[in-house]
Amino acid sequence: MSILAIIFILTGVFFFTTATIGLLRFPDFYCRMQATGKGDTLGALLSLTGLALYNLHHGFSLPTILVSIKIMFIAIFIFVANPTSTHAITKSGLDCGVEPFTKEEVIR
Amino acid sequence: MTIEFKDVIIQTICRLLTPPIQLYALYVIAHGHYSPGGGFQGGCILGASFILMVIAYDIGEVKRRMAEKMNTIFCSLGVIIYSGIGAICLILGANYLDYGILHKILPVNPVRARALGTLGIEIGVGIAVMAVMISIFLNIASGGEHEGALE
Repeated sequence: MSILAIIFILTGVFFFTTATIGLLRFPDFYCRMQATGKGDTLGALLSLTGLALYNLHHGFSLPTILVSIKIMFIAIFIFVANPTSTHAITKSGLDCGVEPFTKEEVIR
Repeated sequence: MTIEFKDVIIQTICRLLTPPIQLYALYVIAHGHYSPGGGFQGGCILGASFILMVIAYDIGEVKRRMAEKMNTIFCSLGVIIYSGIGAICLILGANYLDYGILHKILPVNPVRARALGTLGIEIGVGIAVMAVMISIFLNIASGGEHEGALE
């Protein structure tokens, strides 16, 4: 159980790292939103699943299972809310007229 | 610049997420005296769920669910619950907000009465904070006019 939890948390941290690198290195607003929206959602989901599994490694009793279920509720909430907020920010950026990054800018 | 911002994804997700948020706010209020949380935090989350509805829909939608009249009544109801429990303690012969004395009118022992008194206070604070949060947000967002969508 502990090994499974470690694998989950390390994978989650990997996705967080790639999302942060994408946020820092991508050229424009839309690319950055795409990197953080996807990477953060998957990273948070995997990390929280890992924490829920790690919480169970002392044994299955009612309090630990309850805490694990609460952690999974947080994961579900993030799974629903994070893409929606990314969508809202990106759409408001599009409505306000943020120019997408195109090939011409690379050539120029 | 006025931007027409009606988005079916955001509206659906906000409509689906509002009941769990409000349930979580009630959980925070009810567990306030033996875990982190309490009346103020739970009231803030309850108010934030209505602010989410204002952002996703418009002010009219929230006013249809929570009219300004009801909001004002809730605002003072919370303060009345809070100060009423305090005043009952005062009438029964203890200090203001000294809940232990409530065992004279409740069929429980003083320790239990203290916990129940704290829960009552938390509920009052939660109601007052929720109503005041919604009221402040609506007044600031609409410039005091209480109508129209957010721009």
